[in-house]
Formats: sequence, C-alpha cells, structure tokens
Amino acid sequence: MSQSDLIVLDQVNKRFGDHHVLRDVNLTVRQGEVVVIIGPSGAGKSTLCRAINRLETIDSGTITLDGTPLPSEGRELARLRAEVGMVFQSFNLFAHKTVLDNVVLGQVHVLKRPREQAVRKARELLDRVGIGAQADKLPAQLSGGQQQRVAIARALAMDPKAILFDEPTSALDPEMVNEVLDVMTTLAREGMTMVVVTHEMGFARRAADRVVFMAEGEIVEQGAPSAFFGAPSSDRAQSFLAKILTH
Amino acid sequence: MDALLTEGGTVLAAFWMTVRLTAVSALGSLVLGTLLTAMRVAPLGSLRAAATAYVTVARNTPLTLVLLFTGLGLGANLGLELSDDIATNNFWLAVIGLTAYTSAFVCEALRSGLNTVPVGQAEAARSLGLGFVRTLALITLPQAFRAVVAPLGSILIALTKNTTIALVVGVAEASVRMRELVETYGDQVIEIFLGFAAGFVLLCLPMGLAFGWLSKRMAVTR
Repeated sequence: MSQSDLIVLDQVNKRFGDHHVLRDVNLTVRQGEVVVIIGPSGAGKSTLCRAINRLETIDSGTITLDGTPLPSEGRELARLRAEVGMVFQSFNLFAHKTVLDNVVLGQVHVLKRPREQAVRKARELLDRVGIGAQADKLPAQLSGGQQQRVAIARALAMDPKAILFDEPTSALDPEMVNEVLDVMTTLAREGMTMVVVTHEMGFARRAADRVVFMAEGEIVEQGAPSAFFGAPSSDRAQSFLAKILTH
Repeated sequence: MDALLTEGGTVLAAFWMTVRLTAVSALGSLVLGTLLTAMRVAPLGSLRAAATAYVTVARNTPLTLVLLFTGLGLGANLGLELSDDIATNNFWLAVIGLTAYTSAFVCEALRSGLNTVPVGQAEAARSLGLGFVRTLALITLPQAFRAVVAPLGSILIALTKNTTIALVVGVAEASVRMRELVETYGDQVIEIFLGFAAGFVLLCLPMGLAFGWLSKRMAVTR
C-alpha cells in the first residue's frame, strides 16, 4: 500500500440473506483519483459505495480510509465519516433546514467552526455550485438539480478527503442532469478524490481516471475509460456496453 | 347561576390550579416523552427494552391508579416530601403522576413521527459525522415533532381533562371545587355542572384550534 492510497477495500464480502451482494471486492482509490463504478442494476455498486463510509456494514474483509481501518461504531466512526463526503441519489437535504443551514450544520456541529466562518464558507460554496441566490429557501422549494448541487456543497463544506456519489443523477429530470455533472466534472478537474456510482457514460469518459465495471457483486474489470469503453475485455462488460451504448 | 356567580372567585382559582397542573405536567411529559423516544431508538438494547417496558406499563395502567400510587404510595407510604406545605406537596405528587402517565403517550406519538422521517435524513446526518444523539436532536426529532403537532395537541387536551383525577391526591383543581359547590348548592346541580363543563371547553377549544393551526404551519414539505 502506497502513501497515496486513500481508500482501500480488501476482500470485502457482504450478504443480504442468501444474496451475495459483494464478493471478494478489492479496490484501491488513490489520492486525487476519480473512480467511476458502472454495471447493471443489482451489481452491488451502491452497496460498495455505501460500505465505504459504513452506511452499509460488511460481513468480512477490511476497508481502510487514509491508512485507518474503518471503525465499527462510535465517535471514531463519526470522525472518519466526517472526512468522507456522501452525495445520495435522493439528495437527502435536511428538509426542515434552509439551504444555507444544510451547508452550515456539519461545519458547526462536527468541525466546530465558528458559525460566522461556516456561513461564509457555505455562501462561497453555494455560489460555486450556482445556488447562491437560493440560500434562504427550503430544499423543497428547489428543483432536483439544484437540490443535488446543494448536497454537493454540503459535502464540500466538510473539506472531505474524498466524496462518494451514489447515483447522483438517477433521480433527476433529464434536463437537470448536466448541471449536476458539470459541477462534478469541475470537482474532478480540481483534484478531488471521487468514487462515483453512475449510469452516465459520458461523465465516465470525460471525468474518470478509472472505470470499474461490476456485475453480480464482483469487480469484473477495470481500466482507463478510453481502454474500457474502446475495448472491454470481459464478455459481461461487452454485453453491458452493447445494451446501453446503442442509443 | 347564583352559585357560580357568588363563588366566581373560588371557581376561577380552581380553574387556575387546573391550568397550572396542565402546564407543568405538559412540560414534564414533553421532556420525559422525548427522552423515552430517544431511548426507544437508541443503539443500546438495554435502553430500548427499559423504555419499551416503561411505556407499556404507563400506557396500560389507569390514570386513577397511577395517581393513587403517587399519592398513597410515593406520598403517604414512602414519605416523599417535595414541600413542607401539604397543598404544594400534593400538587407536585399530582404532577409526577400525570407526567409519568402522559409521557408514555407523548413517546408513542413522537415515535410514530420519527417513522415519517425518511431514512435518508439520518443517513445524510451520519455521513456528515454526526453521532446518534446529535442526529436525533438536530435532524430527525425536529422533523418528527413537526409531523405530530396535531396528535400532541390531542394529548394536551386529554391531559387537561385528566387533571381532574388529581382530586385523588388532594389537589384543589376545578372538579374538586365543582363537587364542593354541588354539595353546598344542591338546588343548582345542572347549572354548576354546565358552568364547569363550559370552563373546560373554554380551556380546551383554543388548544385544539392552536395546534391545528400550528400543525399546518410547521409541516415539513418534502
């Protein structure tokens, strides 16, 4: 394991009853790397993503974040979670808090930043994702694309070492997908470490350093986007790509 | 009507006692009920079991029994003295009983409110690094409260009327005064009864309206 390995999954297994959702998964994400996980539904992509900050427990194997094994519970786990941002498919903005408060809350209560400083940072980030004017609204008053950009700002406010994206555009109307992908592409260019579960192949080609293809709980193949999309080596990846790229 | 008019001052004083009993017990029930709710969703199994046992017992015991227990059991038998003044002592014994009983209902209402909060809210809070207590206090419970404003209003109205049972502990609230008046003015039973009933309606009606209004205003839009 080298110094720059930020997220390391070693022989990770997870079962839901009889269903073996993660099979001996090994994955290493380096500092600054953008890893896009693709694959058919039910492949275990989201479970893998959620396991990295332990929203999903694992049955065996180890997950290491920046050299520290993921603690199973308590304060240590909370501390590590604060270092890894998470962006959900359904946004999950705090429904009773304003947009601004959504971005301020973690900074004040977890990072113990003075409120004034947290508000300043939140406004900067909201401007950066193009929601500055909506800061005092409630999440429900925003479009899906706007809400997801707030969610990204909320994750960024914690100065995370990495951000996990669990199908961030799957719940969006088509015309709002790009505004979210644009923000993510910018983040990727700026060197943020990202693990992105998505069906957006355009984003994978454009922004990924590495594409990981999963099927039936296994990592089937991985490689640079040009190599993977140009000439996938496994049958399963070939048939998956044939199905989604014909349109 | 003569009785109610001549005794107006004491009737009002008795209703004032009803209001005080209600207010203090409501506050206590809200605090204890919230604590019980937190225990019922705690990661520690023993806390969950303790809260569940408490709620089951308190919710399924008649209030008269609970108040007789605080009065005779805690007060007379175990000698719990909260004040040198016997009236004040009885007041606090009644508050303990009413709170112990009502908090179980507050807990159940809040717990159903928690169930209306999408699981993603807690996941988002945890992924920011918030622990169990702060996730509950900052994110899920505030949304749960907003979802159950109307049922909490019903519980408050029930509590207001339940304070009449504090007579078993010897608190001179409205129903005690009513009984005294009925004994003194035997020819005006109906008027006295209607007068006190109107008093309770006057107390409870605004509560119902206020909580209905609040519940619309506080609702979380998703």
